[in-house]
Amino acid sequence: MKIVVCIKQVPSTNKVQLHPETNTIIRDGRKSVTNPFDTYAIEEAIRIKEKTGGKTIAISMGIPETEKLLKDAMGRGIDQAILLSDKAFAGSDTLATSYTLSLGIRELMPVDLILCGKMAVDGDTAQIGPELAEQLGIPHVTDVIEILEMKQSYLICKREIDNGYQLLKVKLPALLTVLKDINMPRMPSIEGVLQSETIEVIRKDARDLEAKTSKLGLSGSPTQVVKTFVPERDSKAIEISGNIEEKAAKVKNIIGEVLGNGRSQD
Amino acid sequence: SINKKRTKTINREKTSGIWVYAEHKKGVMHPVVYELLGKGRELADKSKHKLTAVLIDGESSHLAKELIAYGADRVILCSHVLLESQQDEYHFDAMTTILEEEIPSIFLFGATSFGRSLAPRMAARLQTGLTADCTRLEVDDVSGNLYQTRPAFGGNLMATILCPDQRPQMATVRSGIMHAKEPDYYREGMIKRVNYKGKIKPNIEIINEIIGEKKESIGDASVIISAGRGIGSQKNMKLVRKLADVLGGQVGVSRPLVDIGWSEYPHQIGQTGAVVRPQLMITCGISGAIQHLAGIADAKTIIAINTDPEAPIFSVANYKIIDDCIEVLKMLIDSMEKKQS
Ligand SMILES: Cc1cc2nc3c(=O)[nH]c(=O)nc-3n(C[C@H](O)[C@H](O)[C@H](O)COP(=O)(O)OP(=O)(O)OC[C@H]3O[C@@H](n4cnc5c(N)ncnc54)[C@H](O)[C@@H]3O)c2cc1C
Ligand SMILES: Cc1cc2nc3c(=O)[nH]c(=O)nc-3n(C[C@H](O)[C@H](O)[C@H](O)COP(=O)(O)OP(=O)(O)OC[C@H]3O[C@@H](n4cnc5c(N)ncnc54)[C@H](O)[C@@H]3O)c2cc1C
Repeated sequence: MKIVVCIKQVPSTNKVQLHPETNTIIRDGRKSVTNPFDTYAIEEAIRIKEKTGGKTIAISMGIPETEKLLKDAMGRGIDQAILLSDKAFAGSDTLATSYTLSLGIRELMPVDLILCGKMAVDGDTAQIGPELAEQLGIPHVTDVIEILEMKQSYLICKREIDNGYQLLKVKLPALLTVLKDINMPRMPSIEGVLQSETIEVIRKDARDLEAKTSKLGLSGSPTQVVKTFVPERDSKAIEISGNIEEKAAKVKNIIGEVLGNGRSQD
Repeated sequence: SINKKRTKTINREKTSGIWVYAEHKKGVMHPVVYELLGKGRELADKSKHKLTAVLIDGESSHLAKELIAYGADRVILCSHVLLESQQDEYHFDAMTTILEEEIPSIFLFGATSFGRSLAPRMAARLQTGLTADCTRLEVDDVSGNLYQTRPAFGGNLMATILCPDQRPQMATVRSGIMHAKEPDYYREGMIKRVNYKGKIKPNIEIINEIIGEKKESIGDASVIISAGRGIGSQKNMKLVRKLADVLGGQVGVSRPLVDIGWSEYPHQIGQTGAVVRPQLMITCGISGAIQHLAGIADAKTIIAINTDPEAPIFSVANYKIIDDCIEVLKMLIDSMEKKQS
């Protein structure tokens, strides 16, 4: 079984800062983490490998600093890591990102399974999974919460849908995007970290991938962000003051108003 | 950054107006479709285009009339027994068949689990742009360009996105964002039938589908009492639970409480947790980090309790109480219970 995990680096806690004039995100490679959902994809890949044997590979398209996160994935048990990095990839929308990732993954073929997170917490589109599957010409399933069976030619998984679940049998190779409920990620182990020190992250640029320049980065992105702005927030919170009894009484009144007066009595 | 080569490939004369994907389940239309038709109608009138609804189904063609009543000028109807279930691959294949004949200028999908799976796959097939979770859509009637505004970075930033050189311009919209128009059952419209052959060999088989058995989700709760690190200790969670019970609501938490095991993930609110839209929310000892605020943007009335007058949660709250949340909770539970007896 050869399993590829797609991981993205995203800004870490409270480090998201807006440029005061341009309102654009100030990105800082040192202050970033693996997209939370992707840590579950990493864990799932390792678990499958532990059961069926095979090889796990992490791949990311990102700035050179992303290497640190790929090393961390190897510390947890991923066997090999690939970083697709090139100035030409900058400004990619989901179509250009999924195209670039598809080139990196094609070189690894045959692959049995590709795992992505449900969504990245910055761009927040949840589109990469299905777009990547289409670019690779393989089936995809989004929002997977459990893999119940893993066979050579197919898998059975449980998928969360609006207001319910689906149980699906999926032919391999396939791409799944996973939710947090799927597992509990482990921490990197000491042996893992030591092992990962000895393995180089493989770097590839646009030329290595023989990419079509017109499909990369900003120029290969059909969508363009033309404006960003901070949403207006109503900052006129009414202060509830007084001693503690008075505060409670006022809150009780507000609750009554908001929920309709009969509500809290039934 | 405009790619000249690609510009040539679109023939805008051949694109045919604004389309809405009419998602339904076993003959019951998803409410987001009517909302998209409401918005689509507005865009169509402004840009003098036609509004089309695409209905892919087994045989519930009675839905076509509904779609026209809600604003569609035309329904593209593609029926086949294989399309009865929401088997993504058949629907995708049917959609591809339809798009071989004509390409819309704008194509709107509901951001449902089905739409969020189908639309990006379609966008990649068509090599076009897709904007996720739009909260505002405006059309420029000269260029036909769609200004798509969406939150990113967990709602901290709004971005307006264009897809100037490719068609269709695709977008997904969550339900409850746009507004449906009153249906007019006298409205007339056209129905175009498209044949579907169903020749693909699907890779995915639906073994079973369980609907309505999902765990009680705080996403649907109308009252939420939420706690953050300021709650101080695990035993104080009982007070939060108590107030939630008294008000018939549910308990929500910030992520650190899940991390330290005082609560469980299904209760986590925020960017990596649940997005909630309660009528009433009382936050206790939550600072209001942007990742948390991402989950509560749609809450109607927020009463925030925090000891720190500068806490960012106050910038989104309707009412603020600068005080110890434990004291306020105790007093409030007391007075609510008195009222009941
Ligand atoms: C404000 C703003 C708004 C945007 N809106 C849109 C939009 O509406 N439409 C659009 O097409 N683009 C949009 N983009 C661009 C988009 O964020 C980038 O294309 C990004 O590289 C991938 O999208 P995502 O973060 O939404 O990932 P998602 O699709 O949410 O990520 C899902 C999964 O895909 C994998 N993945 C994602 N990116 C990578 C990567 N670089 N390397 C490896 N694996 C990865 C991970 O497993 C991840 O969990 C926007 C960008 C900004 C800054
Ligand atoms: C990628 C990423 C994703 C994340 N996703 C989420 C998410 O989905 N949801 C989420 O919640 N967080 C998320 N976080 C974490 C987030 O950044 C914050 O760390 C978190 O929301 C803070 O939780 P808090 O408000 O409970 O704690 P703190 O920030 O520590 O705030 C505690 C507050 O309690 C107040 N307080 C203290 N004592 C009292 C008292 N006695 N009475 C009243 N008030 C008191 C303090 O003044 C303070 O404001 C994410 C972070 C990252 C990096």
